[in-house]
Amino acid sequence: MSQKAEKLIDKKGLRLDGRKPDELRPIKIEVGILSNADGSAYIEQGKNKILAAAFGPREMHPKHLALPDRMVIRCRYHMAPFSVQERKSPSPSRREIELSKVIKESLEPTAFMEYYPRTGVDIFIEVLQADGSTRCASITAASVAMADAGIPMRDLVAACSAGKVDDTIILDLMDTEDKQGSADVPVALMPNQNAITLLQMDGTLTSEEFENAVNLALEGCRKIYAMQKEALKTKYVDVKEVEE
Amino acid sequence: MSSVITRVKQKQIAQTIAKGKRLDDRGLTDYREMKIEQGIIERAEGSARILLGKTEVLVGIKIEIGEPFSDTPNEGVLTVNAELVPLASPTFEPGPPDENSIELARIVDRGIRESKTIDTEKLVIEPGKKVFVVFVDVYVLNHDGNLIDASALAAVAALLNTKMSNYEIKDDEVKIKPGYTQLPVKKHPITVTFAKISDKLVIDPWLEEEQVMDARISMAIDDDGNICAIQKGGSGYFTEKEVLEVAKMAREKAAEIRKKLKW
Repeated sequence: MSQKAEKLIDKKGLRLDGRKPDELRPIKIEVGILSNADGSAYIEQGKNKILAAAFGPREMHPKHLALPDRMVIRCRYHMAPFSVQERKSPSPSRREIELSKVIKESLEPTAFMEYYPRTGVDIFIEVLQADGSTRCASITAASVAMADAGIPMRDLVAACSAGKVDDTIILDLMDTEDKQGSADVPVALMPNQNAITLLQMDGTLTSEEFENAVNLALEGCRKIYAMQKEALKTKYVDVKEVEE
Repeated sequence: MSSVITRVKQKQIAQTIAKGKRLDDRGLTDYREMKIEQGIIERAEGSARILLGKTEVLVGIKIEIGEPFSDTPNEGVLTVNAELVPLASPTFEPGPPDENSIELARIVDRGIRESKTIDTEKLVIEPGKKVFVVFVDVYVLNHDGNLIDASALAAVAALLNTKMSNYEIKDDEVKIKPGYTQLPVKKHPITVTFAKISDKLVIDPWLEEEQVMDARISMAIDDDGNICAIQKGGSGYFTEKEVLEVAKMAREKAAEIRKKLKW
């Protein structure tokens, strides 16, 4: 990290792609685009292009993994071999296995798990193109896919990263900022419950910088939350009009 | 990583913690007794064993000569791996690493990497071609909760105990010379883990507390009191206030441990 001399923030205080430090990348969320999944979503956040699908609640396979008192959520985060600069082997890397676990744990608090004992929900995330903060965009999309599948939920989860480059705290890191910056803090939030369901960090921050980064990321999550709701409304309002 | 725990016990743990006490008589922010031994595996370049209550973790360091990554030609390589060996718990099974052991390894890795514990620039033999590769292998020998803190502490203790062979370059080949040099260790990160039970934060959860907890959060703190890695785990959540409280308490606790270990 941070060994290259290239400036990530110019004299005007703007970032490489012209954003202000506290500005999100353009985000587009589409709901229900996969006809075979029970619920699905597609997100574009800057150059990130990610598909998420939810299946279930359905019978668990293998059966011994089912729980008698609640449903089980399983998650697979996977990057396409062509999603990054150098081809990534399609077999799951250690990073992907860890991310699958933390993404699953960020989604679990939202679902009413006890409503569907002995069942399973499978969430599949495919990163088609990656440009930094893919775990956050994946959570945002997966949460919308779960809602689209009709799984009873307490709230949506919106996720966003914050970090530090050139001594400035910034929102929504893209790939170069993640690689050359000095810290990356991905955060996921259930805004109505004020519940942080994912928090990770790597890099170095003082406690003051950390507090600022978390606050900025939470602000980003709330903005993304509005877009998630808008995307869901767009789909379901359209459906209603067709029926009438 | 969970095994069976009765409802009565679950309730008892949660109620005791709600009152600000714990079943093993510790305060909410107390660690269990900690014992670290270094250099117990002679074949390894470095090693350390930690006892944290009944949790026992052994870390061995091996050093080999390898190639640097193409994007960091002037740095040595750090590799962390964790094994949840089946003799350590009835819930550990033989086979390739599962998500729990991968997560554990990656948390330990981030603590060491992000705090720049090892001076990796001093591990270069020939820039872009030959460097020392440091393998940190975390071996869990007995699981009684809080493997993260135990493994992270044992890893740093083992690195502090690591000696590299001296070498010379003759006709483009690396020849090992007699004698050893200490591995260049610059920082001493300390990872502090909290469990959330009954809306209270408890430090260093033991196994039964981990089975009851809603969620956990770990923070690695470097020598200057900066936060250098965080991981939230478990299917519960934290509020913003709790996160900031954890950050504050983790720094205090890390400073306390640092003083005790003289790191």
